[in-house]
Amino acid sequence: MKPSETIRAYLRADGGVGVRNYVAVMPTVACANDVAERIAEGIQGARPLLHHQGCGQLQSDLIQVERTLIGLATNGNVGAVILVSLGCEGVNVDRVYAAIEQIGRPVSRVNIQDLGGSRRAIWRGRVACRAMVAACRRVRRTTVGLDRLIVGIKCGASDMTSGLASNPAVGKMVDALVARGGTVIVGETTEFLGAEHLLVRRATTPGVARAIRRITKAMQQRALAAGGDMLGGQPSQGNIEGGITTIEEKSLGAVSKAGTATIQGVLEYAERPAGSGLYLMDGPGFEPQALTGLVAAGAQVLVFSTGRGAPQGFPLAPVVKVSGNPTTCRHLRAHIDVDVSEVLARGSAVPAAGQRILAAVCAAASGKVMRAERAGYDRTLDIYTRGPFV
Amino acid sequence: MRQDRQPVLLVIDPKDNVAVALRDLAPGTEVRLSIRGRVRRISVLERIPVNHKLAIARIRRGAAVVKYGEPIGEATTTIRPGSHVHIHNLQSRRVRPRKQ
Repeated sequence: MKPSETIRAYLRADGGVGVRNYVAVMPTVACANDVAERIAEGIQGARPLLHHQGCGQLQSDLIQVERTLIGLATNGNVGAVILVSLGCEGVNVDRVYAAIEQIGRPVSRVNIQDLGGSRRAIWRGRVACRAMVAACRRVRRTTVGLDRLIVGIKCGASDMTSGLASNPAVGKMVDALVARGGTVIVGETTEFLGAEHLLVRRATTPGVARAIRRITKAMQQRALAAGGDMLGGQPSQGNIEGGITTIEEKSLGAVSKAGTATIQGVLEYAERPAGSGLYLMDGPGFEPQALTGLVAAGAQVLVFSTGRGAPQGFPLAPVVKVSGNPTTCRHLRAHIDVDVSEVLARGSAVPAAGQRILAAVCAAASGKVMRAERAGYDRTLDIYTRGPFV
Repeated sequence: MRQDRQPVLLVIDPKDNVAVALRDLAPGTEVRLSIRGRVRRISVLERIPVNHKLAIARIRRGAAVVKYGEPIGEATTTIRPGSHVHIHNLQSRRVRPRKQ
């Protein structure tokens, strides 16, 4: 299968494109989750974006939550938004609403306290939701280039095959997409540790190099402050038995999924990249939080490399699941989209596997249903914050 | 001497001086290696467990061991092609083991 040079996507008013066409039913605080879930219930095309944040947090975290909510709502895969607010939350709902409206995304508000409780809020929300879904259905896909695509990269449930097969193959896909003018975001600051001196050499400017050093150092310091150590005891005894000798080797196996392109910038969690090419995002490795950050930064498609088999998708974006572990590809067949186990079974070329991943990304972007979508294993979302709940 | 037809080594990047064993390799095994179309033969000098590294070039003491096209540490002794490369002859340049 040859990757296509174009995809069929939805054009949005702000100039972005979407590969899905959802109505996002978005609580601005965890306290509105129940109402948001009921608003979206049974309405095809509506996605409830339940999360656990939005109040009782430090101001810096609330700002990060707002940025994430705005980013999710204005992702190209979202055709319209319903903000479900309790009414007294820490998140500034006016600010979130204004930012979404400014980008030209149809947005409607439901305030539970103003409306006199959950019953009226659910009723009002469902009326708005049905109208928005109908309006979204009228939008048709058009042909656009791969330069309009933003792909987020993640790996999880990793094993020896991740660093040898699926991550390098994903890296080839990244290089191919960047060469076609596309944008790629790689998160997980934890994984850069040990290979940051090598990433620094790929930075486009000294400022970007400094940012890579800054975020990895800060990650290590946060771990030390909490009584942990990100570098000590690495690689683990299990890694050593598996054949990994040094932290550089382990980290290179992880960052090989970022390919070899020049690094254009370092993004805050959920921050939109300013241009095209390869970007790093300062964020956690924890799957739901990592995927949320990537999609809030604008990724319309996620590529997820796994060894032992991580089945999860994401509510707003198709996930292309890649594995190089032959046992996982057989045993968890229903959850793996691209099987690259031939790299280790036959020593076959990693670039060919990368081309197959790019072809799968193009197919997913043009509407092909991915395994996590088919399984309905795609409801979880979580916003990364650093401070305590207060 | 046994001749393996199926590829048994994975070279991730053409710049690498180590390859990954795709299965357990016994000493004396003759392995074929194709890099950028050039085929080479290497004789395995010691047992290499699956997924472990095998030197495919001579690596001098203090020189970089290269995998993924990047240095993953340095050789603590001169390593001959066909040797097992692991904690006994490769150390990180980033995190040195603590002195006892």
